[in-house]
Amino acid sequence: MFVGVLRIAHELVEAMVAHARVDHPDEACGIIAGPEGTGAPKRHIPMINAARSTTFYEFDSEEWKQVYDQMWEADEEVVVAYHSHTATEAYPSRSDSGIASQLGEPQAHYVLIATRDPEVAEVRSFRIADGEVTEEPIEVLGAPEVVQSYKFAHTPDSTVYDCP
Amino acid sequence: MSVEVRVPTILRSHTGGQKLVKGEGETLAELFDSLDADNAGLKGRIVTDENTLHRFVNVYINDEDVRFIGGLEAKLSDGDSVTILPAVAGGM
Repeated sequence: MFVGVLRIAHELVEAMVAHARVDHPDEACGIIAGPEGTGAPKRHIPMINAARSTTFYEFDSEEWKQVYDQMWEADEEVVVAYHSHTATEAYPSRSDSGIASQLGEPQAHYVLIATRDPEVAEVRSFRIADGEVTEEPIEVLGAPEVVQSYKFAHTPDSTVYDCP
Repeated sequence: MSVEVRVPTILRSHTGGQKLVKGEGETLAELFDSLDADNAGLKGRIVTDENTLHRFVNVYINDEDVRFIGGLEAKLSDGDSVTILPAVAGGM
């Protein structure tokens, strides 16, 4: 499978991590939308986890329809689909990849945020298609916070911020 | 009854890349049957062999999630807009 890179503004990474922290110990979920066909993440949309669970997430059906309508009108698509793991690593579980392969967002970067460490969250990005999970590097645009509240695990050295 | 249907990215392989298609039917079940003629395989991604909606697909008539208004037996009116969306879910 084609492996790309997730290029994303640091403010958007910080917004996803902040959302994951707020919803901890429940799993948090949301999307970052961008203009259709560009692959550029622009607009952060935190979603309600309808499952309100520490081990499962699901978009609220009514809210998802409203968000999708806005995206449809604005010619946007899901560029990043993210959720948190609150007690395990930032890697897609079997149900994550199973559901995403069956009926997911094939164009999206699936971002996982692990919040088990109360100080430093782990952020990783994946492509999920046909039951196959492929990790990709994250390239952060702009200057991140001086004090890191997150790190990128298992991505190339150049993008690892590992100084809590 | 003619209705337009918004097709999510993952199912556009069944519609020749079209994001909006038109179909006919008095009910949602009839609509998916009519769509399958021109969009082979589309119905099978939404409806199970037991004639229920797949667990991780959301279907809406206008703004209503059809699970709350009769599922596949939900009635359609002329000019309705049907939206198909991945449920977007997972778990550890």
